[in-house]
Amino acid sequence: MAAATGQGVLPELGQVPWRARTDERYLRRNARIWTTWTLAYGIPFPAAAVGLMLLEPLAFPVALACLAHGWIIPELYAFRGASVLRPKGPRNERAEQVAQGLLGDLLDHEPRELHATTGLAMQHSGLGVWLVGEAGALLIPPGGRRVHCFCVRTTDRELPPSDRIAHLLLALRTDEDGFATVANHAFCGAPWRVRRRMPERMRPALDAARSAARAS
Amino acid sequence: MSRLIRMDRSGHTTLAEWTAADQAAFDSAVEQFHSGLDEGYIAVHDQGGGRAEQLRELPRDAGLVILRRPIAGG
Repeated sequence: MAAATGQGVLPELGQVPWRARTDERYLRRNARIWTTWTLAYGIPFPAAAVGLMLLEPLAFPVALACLAHGWIIPELYAFRGASVLRPKGPRNERAEQVAQGLLGDLLDHEPRELHATTGLAMQHSGLGVWLVGEAGALLIPPGGRRVHCFCVRTTDRELPPSDRIAHLLLALRTDEDGFATVANHAFCGAPWRVRRRMPERMRPALDAARSAARAS
Repeated sequence: MSRLIRMDRSGHTTLAEWTAADQAAFDSAVEQFHSGLDEGYIAVHDQGGGRAEQLRELPRDAGLVILRRPIAGG
């Protein structure tokens, strides 16, 4: 499958002049920060729950609340990550058929089939494997152990869904680092955390992207 | 045959078609191209192989040129 290797500079970068250009180093650092945050939420609350129970068993309601915090907060972050791929906005069913034709012309055979079944377009690139949706994208770096979730959309929300995907795909192919810079980084974590919160129809796309990322 | 299309709420609209030998059709396509840029569209030539290029001028032998809206972080 062809990799996104556009050499241009995305004009939309002018909207976010304060952001450093996203590259592999930025993504690795970002992944470490997300891991640290997850541990910061995931360890102290359960530890506090255990400590409370050891000190005073009657404090079990407070211990339960601590456990709930330790579970809910990472869940909410992962939910936010998976939400970038959820279908949003009007479906424009008549125009969608026309838009699907154009998007199909932009995709190779395998990604076209994957889009038909999952609603997501897969694109290999220098940073890894992308899954592009209507209003967001996932990036799975080589190895497939992490997933970065980006919130990004076209400025015309009334476009048919496949046109919204085509907008993002063309921008990604023009300037991958610029695309990742313009997009808002919503989450980074283990793929399984995102997969279980994705719409069921889309999960095979993440599986395929992970397999491709492992092989790259 | 080269084509200039605009992604819009109808799916897409073909704005112009031309061949390298048809100067009048190409001139009309150039006019549509710049009109699209003035309206805030971004012109992209998908080169195949996962590559695309932003265009500021319309090449005579472009193949398919697509006008898209800007993107933004959600």
